[in-house]
Amino acid sequence: MPSALPIADPAPTDGLLPASAVDGWADRAFGVYLHVPFCRVRCGYCDFNTYTAEEIRGVRQSDYAGQALAEVGFAARVLERTGAPARPASTVFFGGGTPTILPAADLAEMLSGVRGTWGIEPGAEVTTEANPDSVDEASLAALADAGFTRVSFGMQSAVPRVLATLERTHDPERIPLVVRWARAAGLQVSLDLIYGTPGETAADWQRSLDLALEQQPDHLSAYALIVEPGTKLARQIARGEVPTPDDDLAADLYEQADAVLASAGFSWYEVSNWAREPAHRSRHNLTYWTGQDWWGIGPGAHSHVGGVRWWNAKHPAAYAERLARGESPAVGRETLDPDTRRVEDVLLRVRLVEGLPTGVLDDAGRLAIAGLIADGLVEGAAAIAGRVVLTLRGRLLADAVVRRLLPE
Amino acid sequence: MGEWHDMSPRASQPLAPAATDPSRIRNFCIIAHIDHGKSTLADRMLQITGVVSDRDMRAQYLDRMDIERERGITIKSQAVRMPWATADGTYALNMIDTPGHVDFTYEVSRSLAACEGAILLVDAAQGIEAQTLANLYLALDNDLEIIPVLNKIDLPAADPEKYSRELAQLIGGSPDDVLRVSGKTGEGVEALLDRVVERIPAPVGDAGAPARAMIFDSVYDSYRGVVTYVRMVDGRLQPRERIQMMSTKATHDILEIGVSSPEPTPSQGLGVGEVGYLITGVKDVRQSKVGDTVTTATKPAADALPGYTEPLPMVFSGIYPIDGSDYPDLRDALDKLKLSDAALNYEPETSVALGFGFRCGFLGLLHLEIVTERLQREFDLDLITTAPSVIYEVTTEDRKRHTVTNPSEFPTGTKIAAVEEPTVKASILAPKDYVGTIMELCQSRRGTMNGMDYLGEDRVELHYTMPLGEIVFDFFDQLKSRTQGYASLDYEPAGTQEADLVKVDILLQGETVDAFSAIVHRDKAYAYGTMMTERLRKLIPRQQFEVPIQAAIGARIIARENIRAMRKDVLAKCYGGDITRKRKLLEKQKEGKKRMKMVGRVEVPQEAFIAALSGDVESKKDKK
Repeated sequence: MPSALPIADPAPTDGLLPASAVDGWADRAFGVYLHVPFCRVRCGYCDFNTYTAEEIRGVRQSDYAGQALAEVGFAARVLERTGAPARPASTVFFGGGTPTILPAADLAEMLSGVRGTWGIEPGAEVTTEANPDSVDEASLAALADAGFTRVSFGMQSAVPRVLATLERTHDPERIPLVVRWARAAGLQVSLDLIYGTPGETAADWQRSLDLALEQQPDHLSAYALIVEPGTKLARQIARGEVPTPDDDLAADLYEQADAVLASAGFSWYEVSNWAREPAHRSRHNLTYWTGQDWWGIGPGAHSHVGGVRWWNAKHPAAYAERLARGESPAVGRETLDPDTRRVEDVLLRVRLVEGLPTGVLDDAGRLAIAGLIADGLVEGAAAIAGRVVLTLRGRLLADAVVRRLLPE
Repeated sequence: MGEWHDMSPRASQPLAPAATDPSRIRNFCIIAHIDHGKSTLADRMLQITGVVSDRDMRAQYLDRMDIERERGITIKSQAVRMPWATADGTYALNMIDTPGHVDFTYEVSRSLAACEGAILLVDAAQGIEAQTLANLYLALDNDLEIIPVLNKIDLPAADPEKYSRELAQLIGGSPDDVLRVSGKTGEGVEALLDRVVERIPAPVGDAGAPARAMIFDSVYDSYRGVVTYVRMVDGRLQPRERIQMMSTKATHDILEIGVSSPEPTPSQGLGVGEVGYLITGVKDVRQSKVGDTVTTATKPAADALPGYTEPLPMVFSGIYPIDGSDYPDLRDALDKLKLSDAALNYEPETSVALGFGFRCGFLGLLHLEIVTERLQREFDLDLITTAPSVIYEVTTEDRKRHTVTNPSEFPTGTKIAAVEEPTVKASILAPKDYVGTIMELCQSRRGTMNGMDYLGEDRVELHYTMPLGEIVFDFFDQLKSRTQGYASLDYEPAGTQEADLVKVDILLQGETVDAFSAIVHRDKAYAYGTMMTERLRKLIPRQQFEVPIQAAIGARIIARENIRAMRKDVLAKCYGGDITRKRKLLEKQKEGKKRMKMVGRVEVPQEAFIAALSGDVESKKDKK
C-alpha cells in the first residue's frame, strides 16, 4: 500500500460503523488483510508503509503478531456492535513490507487468530507475500501446515543488473528453488514482476518473463515501475544518476509481456494480472476490485465495509499505542456517497476482463463508449453485449478511458 | 533629492493668468529621447522656478503614471506654468510636456503646435536618437525656435564637444550655441531658462477675436472627469462660460478653468497665448479630442484651428483573459481605460482557442504594450494577446474589397486578386559598425532602402520603406538584439503597397486554430508554418490518438508535424490502499481537464496556446 494517506474525516476512536455499512453484509465477500510493516532493507523504489530495523523506534518485530491480533479482536467487536453477524473470512492476505521476515510461527499465530475470531471459509484463498530471500523449505512447509494456500513471490526480475537498480537483494537463481519448495508444500504460486526499470531492455524483460514462465506459476503480476515521490529512486532520477523511465518503452514492455504470457497459456484478468485458469485469479484482490468488504489489519492498512473506508495510523508505534489504549487505530475515514461509489466502481471494474456493466454509467458515459470503440480502446462486441472491456491498447490507457467514461 | 537643496525663485511675484501680456509669455516643450533626462531636467526647472518646493519634490514629478515612471517615458503630456525673472522683468514660462514615442506622433504634433519653441535635449554621452530626430523634424515643421541642449554633462562618459558639433551640423549654428546642463545637479539650468526667455518668440493672437483654444491633451481623472489642456490662440475663456467643441459642435459649461503650477490652480480665465486646463464634467476623453478647437457657444469662431485629425489605429491585436470568467472584468477595464485613452478602440471577438475577448486597435506597438500592461497592473487581469496585425485591403477576383484587421476576416473560398498592406518610412539610427547587420535585417523584412546619412563622425541614419506588418512582428526586438541595443528606430505611415500576401492557417487534426492564423508574405509562409507546427508539437500533450498539426494556405498543406498517440496512461497497481488515492487523482485530472480548450477532439491546455503565441516553448509537462 502507498505510504501517503488521504486527507479525510477523522475516524471515531471507538471505530464504530454506521448501521448502513453492514446492510447486505452477509451477501458480500469478506476479506481480511494483514499488513506486516517490516523489511530487512528498504528498496530504492519502494514507498510502502514498511520499516527496517534501523528506522523504527520502540517497536519489536516479535511483539507485532500480538498487536495485530489485538486489532483482529477489536474489529470483531466493532462489527458485532454494528450489527454484523460473525461470518468466516472468504480470503486472507498477508502483505507488506515482507511478511516472511517474521518467523512462520508468528504468521501462523496471526492466521489462527483470524480463524478463531471469524472463521475461514472452506476452500478460502489464504495468501502471503514472500521475498525469495526470506523463506526456505521448512518455513514454506510450516506456512502450508498453518493453513496458507498460496504464496506470492516478489521475483521482480531475472536480471541481476535490474535487481541492483531496484536494490532487491535476492539472487534470481533462488527463484526456481523457492518455487519448487512452495509447490512441494502444496502452495499455489504467484510471481510478481516489475518492468520499465531504468536501464532495462526488451531482452532483459524477455529473460525475466522466460524465467518466470519456466517455473510454471499459477498466477503472474507485472507492474510498471512507478517512481513515487520521496523515494530514493526519485532522488536518483532528479539528480540525473538514473534515467527517467520512459512511458513508451513501458508500453512496449507491457505488450511484450501480454503476448509472451498469452502464448504460454496465461490470460489477463486485470490490467496488471494474469492467471493460468480462472480458478487461479486472486480472489482476495478481486474483493478490492469489485467493491466487497475487507478489514485491513496493521499500521497504515486500509479497510472498506459497505461504503465506509478508513485507514490506520502509519507508524507501528502509534498504531500499537492506540490499540493498547483500547482505541481504534484508524486515523482517517470516509463515507462514500452513492456517486463516489459509482466512480470507484467505474475506475476499478473497467480494469477487469469481465469489464464494467454499461448500466453503471450515466447517459454521457454510455455515449462516450462509441468514441472509445472508434479509438480502439474498448472491445466493440463486448460493449454491444453490455460491458465495457478494454482492448490491449485500452488497458495501457485505462485511466484516460475512465476519464472519458466519467465526463460530467 | 539628495544633492539638490534650497533654490529661491528669482521671480518673487508670479504673473496672474488671464492678466498676462502675451509678450511676457513663453511656451516651449522639451524634445528628447527616452532616458535622455527630460523628466529630471523638468524637475530641476520646477524647483529652480520655485513652483515645487524641495519638500514636495518627487523625482520626475510630471510623469504621473507608474508605467511611465518605470519605463522612463512620458505618455500623457501636461503643461506647467513657471514664473521666471530676467533683467527686464518677470515672465510666465509654460512648459508643455510631450510624449516621447513614435506611436504618439499626432499627440506630439499637437503639443508642438501649442509652443513657439522647443528645447532639443540630447544626452551628452549618447548623441541624438531616431525618435528625437523625428520629433525635431516635426518641431521645425511647426516653425519652432530650437534651443539645443546637451544633458548629463556630469557623466564621465559625456562627450560634449563631439555632440555639440553633431547638433550644430544638424540644426545649423555654431557648436558654441549648444547649452550644456545637468538635470541631475542643476548645472546650467538657470542659463537655459534665460535662453528660453531670450530666444523663444512670444505668442501672438487677437485678443478681440472670438475665442479659439487648441486642445493639446485630454486626461481622465477619476475624481474630476476629463481635464482638457488647451493653448489659447485668440480671445479669452472664463469660468462658467459655455464652450463649444468645433469638430462635434458639442457644448459644455466650464466648471473650472486654470493653470497647472504644477497642481491645478483655478484662475479668472485664460487669455491670448496662455496655456491651462478646463474642466467641464464630461467623463470621456472622446468628448474632448486632442487637436480640436474650443470656442465659446455664445460667440463661436468661424474657423477651427488647423491640424485636427481623428486618431487612427494602425495595429490590431486580440486581448483575452487567461481565465475565461474574467471576461466581464476585462470589458469593464477597457471601458474605463477608454475614458483616458482616446486612441484605444475595441470590439468583442471570440476565438476557438482563447474563448471570449476583444479585438483592439492601437496607434502602434508601444501603445499596445502600454494598454496591456495597464490592464494587467491597474485592473489585475491575466491576459493573453494574439500576434499583432495591421490593416490589409484585400480585393477578390469578383472585385469586392475587404478591410482585414484580423486574419479571420481574410476572404476564403474565392480567388484573391490583390492584397494591399500599409507601409512606413522607417529611420534607423545606429553606430556605423552596425550598418551591415541592420541592412540584412531590413532586407529580410522586405524593406526598400531609400538612403543613408552620416550624422556626425560615426553614426548613420538609414532610411527604409517597410511593410508595417513586418515591423509589428518583433522587428524592434531583433533590431535591438542585433545592435547590442545601440540602434534606435522611428517610423511614420507611408501609404500602402500591393504585396503577395497569404493567410496561413494552423490546423489541429484538421480544425483551424484561429488564434494562430497569420497574414504573411508568400515567401515567409513556409517558415511561419514550420515554426508554429513545431512549437505546437512541443507544447500540446499527447492524446489518446495521433494528432496531425498542419500549416496550410487555403487547402494546400505547407508544413506538417505529428503528435504521436499517447501509449500509456494507467496506474499499474490498484489495491485496497490505492483506491482513495486513485479516485482523488481522477478528480484532480478532471479539474485539470476543465482548464483544457477543445479544438475538435484535441484537448489543449490554455498554457500551450499562450506559450505558442509568446514563443515561450519549453517541453510540455506530461499530465498524469
